Amino acid sequence: MLRFVLTRLGILIPTFIGVTLLTFAMIRMIPGDAVELLVGERGLDPARHAQLRAELGLDRPLLEQYWHYISGVLQGDLGKSIVTRQPVAEEFFTLFPATVELSVCAMLFAVLLGIPAGIVAAIRRGTSVDHVVMGTALTGFSMPIFWWGLLLIILFSGTLGWTPVSGRISLIYFFEPVTGFMLIDSLLADQPGAFASALSHLVLPTVVLGTIPLAVIARQTRSAMLEVLGEDYVRTARAKGLAPWRVIGIHALRNALIPVITVIGLLVGVLFGGAVLTETIFSWPGVGKWLIDSIHRRDYPSVQGGILLIATTVILVNLLVDLVYGLINPRIRHQR
Amino acid sequence: MSDAATAAVEAGQQAPPHPLREFWGYFRQNRGAVVGLAVVLTVMFTALFAEFVAPHDPHEQYREHFLEPPFWAAQGSFEFPLGTDAVGRDIFSRIVHGARYSLIIGFIVVALSLTVGVTLGLLAAFFRGVFEALVMRAMDIMLSMPSLLLAVVVVAILGPGLFNAMLAISITYLPFLVRLTRAAAITELSKDYVVASRVSGAGLPRLMVITVLPNCMAPLIVQATLSFSNAILDAAALGFLGLGAQPPTPEWGTMLAEAREFVLRAWWVVTFPGLAILVTVLALNLLGDGLRDALDPKLKR
Amino acid sequence: MAGREPLLEIRNLAVSFGPLRAVDGLDLHVDEGEVLGIVGESGSGKSVAMLAVMGLIGFPGIVSADLVRFAGTDLASLDKRARRDLVGNDVAMIFQEPMTSLNPCFTIGYQITETLKAHQGGTRRERRERALELLGQVGIPDPARRLGSFPHQLSGGMNQRVMIAIAIACRPKLLIADEPTTALDVTIQAQILDLLLGLQREYGMALVLITHDMGVVAETAQRVSVMYAGQQVEEQDAAALFAHPRHPYTQALLEALPERGAGRARLPTIPGVVPGLYDRPPGCLFNPRCAHAESDCREQVPPLERDARGRVRCLHPLGHGPA
Repeated sequence: MLRFVLTRLGILIPTFIGVTLLTFAMIRMIPGDAVELLVGERGLDPARHAQLRAELGLDRPLLEQYWHYISGVLQGDLGKSIVTRQPVAEEFFTLFPATVELSVCAMLFAVLLGIPAGIVAAIRRGTSVDHVVMGTALTGFSMPIFWWGLLLIILFSGTLGWTPVSGRISLIYFFEPVTGFMLIDSLLADQPGAFASALSHLVLPTVVLGTIPLAVIARQTRSAMLEVLGEDYVRTARAKGLAPWRVIGIHALRNALIPVITVIGLLVGVLFGGAVLTETIFSWPGVGKWLIDSIHRRDYPSVQGGILLIATTVILVNLLVDLVYGLINPRIRHQR
Repeated sequence: MSDAATAAVEAGQQAPPHPLREFWGYFRQNRGAVVGLAVVLTVMFTALFAEFVAPHDPHEQYREHFLEPPFWAAQGSFEFPLGTDAVGRDIFSRIVHGARYSLIIGFIVVALSLTVGVTLGLLAAFFRGVFEALVMRAMDIMLSMPSLLLAVVVVAILGPGLFNAMLAISITYLPFLVRLTRAAAITELSKDYVVASRVSGAGLPRLMVITVLPNCMAPLIVQATLSFSNAILDAAALGFLGLGAQPPTPEWGTMLAEAREFVLRAWWVVTFPGLAILVTVLALNLLGDGLRDALDPKLKR
Repeated sequence: MAGREPLLEIRNLAVSFGPLRAVDGLDLHVDEGEVLGIVGESGSGKSVAMLAVMGLIGFPGIVSADLVRFAGTDLASLDKRARRDLVGNDVAMIFQEPMTSLNPCFTIGYQITETLKAHQGGTRRERRERALELLGQVGIPDPARRLGSFPHQLSGGMNQRVMIAIAIACRPKLLIADEPTTALDVTIQAQILDLLLGLQREYGMALVLITHDMGVVAETAQRVSVMYAGQQVEEQDAAALFAHPRHPYTQALLEALPERGAGRARLPTIPGVVPGLYDRPPGCLFNPRCAHAESDCREQVPPLERDARGRVRCLHPLGHGPA
């Protein structure tokens, strides 16, 4: 187990460095003058241009620039946004909780619906239940989630009027954010109807963002279960005369969940990509929307910082998932 | 075996079927896959003959007919069967032409990513050592970023546009293909027939392409179908974000971006392009699943 | 044991997987306390038949029989719940691959006590005591520590002993052992067989020993049934079978034993392979490989003949002419 942990941690560092290299190189690769890009002004007179160039350190050798960049990153300095003149890191972390809240809810939605669906499909393999569940999963997997979101808005917000169209909470409520998580904050604020409002704003984005993970988890659970159900130890469990729910729910599931955990790890990346689209549709004030807006506004320091932070988050979450996997898989847990 | 035995087998009840027939037999049993194949062929036909299938020019704006609903609604007509958009263009025609874009996107992305990915994977498997380590690290780094984000980064660098979007998407698919090819090639390399081939003096390129590659085909084919369908989705996503095909190109994702502000007023502008994407991608996925099941029938039993 | 109802009686058992008949028209019986050996090559249907009795044949297999009776109860008349009460309790089975037959996620102790809890109840302490007792009986050293071990921490031989412990936990009347030693080292094989026989005597269980190895059967069985391509081709008391085999296949199997081949330059083998789905010969299924095959063997399907000595499915059995 220790070896496993150390190996995983060992890979972390080169991967992180690789990502910083990518974001560092990114700016240099954009066509156009680097000074103009980073400052956001065009047509600078030569003197000012030279002065800014020296300030930004762009006249130094590349390696020194990279060192300057990465030491800044490790101290939390990711530059300033061209548009708002605020530190990029600060802007990011203000918006980050919104994305996290949405992603966590979406993942919960996907897991709580997807795993049971996959189990049922595996047990009733070949029947219409199996076909329906898998067909639905495949459809969810095949549709563009931004369209799905728009469709749900048309149906639930437009025609039925049940849910709001955008934002995290109705504008009539205002309170200081404590944790940044609207569900928690609205409970703490103790204003009547605030929590319900936060919840209703969360419903559609959660469903939309969680649809693809739901489909993937359902499919993966089904195929993992089918494989496990054919294993010798399941046959032994049946030969013991154990009740079916025990054979499936305890003996089979415990083993089938192991590959499903791996899939959940892979889904974190998908979630962030989906968050970008979901936040755009629902005007959800998270980092995904902020990133796209920054690209359209040519706010390159924000883009650079945002990519780095998001990639780092994904890497860390993947590491966590890997560690959990190591704990659950008994063969790895008992290695030295 | 004795003559008697041979005679017995020849007169025997069942002979094993030809592999291609066996494949088609399995494939045919999967109704979803057959439906998928039919739909994909229809879409291809539509894309090829778009000029004939579409009633109108996709770029033509009919100033008298802004935001007209589909033919079954009150103000609709058969002239614009699925309605018109905000600047009076026929949605049905735009969708038909959009099929062309989607299929081209799929082909180009698959071709690009497959060529580069398979080559890199094979090279990594054959040369091992530092080269392999470098390539796989690079792939791991790419995998650590959400693929849409990576595509967005590439487009941010290159600038928005359909071709850049396709390039960006191809790049994001590389890690999967490289890993897949490398893993399959390494497994094959340890098998006896490769050792035998090497011993009899086969050169490296020959070994790579003629001996090892054909045996890695099955998972690659399945992955290629998946990549095709994902490429359509990803290109539509980039189009929706304004980073892919630019208006007035009738690409399905771009159409959705333009339609967004009318979502509550004119549901048809949003529904039909998305439906086109869904149907096409679903058909491709059914086809891909069917291919995978038919190529590996052990999974069925 | 003659004159009493057999413990297990099977009549006309058939198991098919699509077009393939893995077991075809099998009649078998096991008396209380006796050791029956079932011998055959892989593909003979010997394992599948016993799995069918236990109710362990899954999708897409189809099982049919005229009668399957255990301890006087017709198994077909039982509902699923009643069947589960019987399995693992009065009838138990152990399998060929001990390393994969135990669940890697749970401890040995858990997997043993689980059976006890399902069929016998009792307190946790009682179950633990019994588990320790069982581990001792199957010859596992330091049982207290082993209760908390996981299967992958033990060797193949140890795992097989654990499997046996689980199987005998509820004192079954019948234990079915499907190739219990095939996957183990030669040195361990003898130990496991001795263990099985010792337990069989001590508990008074009936034991069905499935194997492809005639040598194993020679040491252990009282009666032997030989299967080929899903059909039973011979059945006799062990001593008689070894001295006077009646079916050419049995004889060929016996001649292939290394002990019998001592002194010869080349060990005799049986040419050809067991027929699969696509190469079933007409007439007698064994005729393409039979050293004594005659012309009518290719045309007529031999019926199963029963007499005082046992059974044989052959048009021209060896020894004393046609039965």
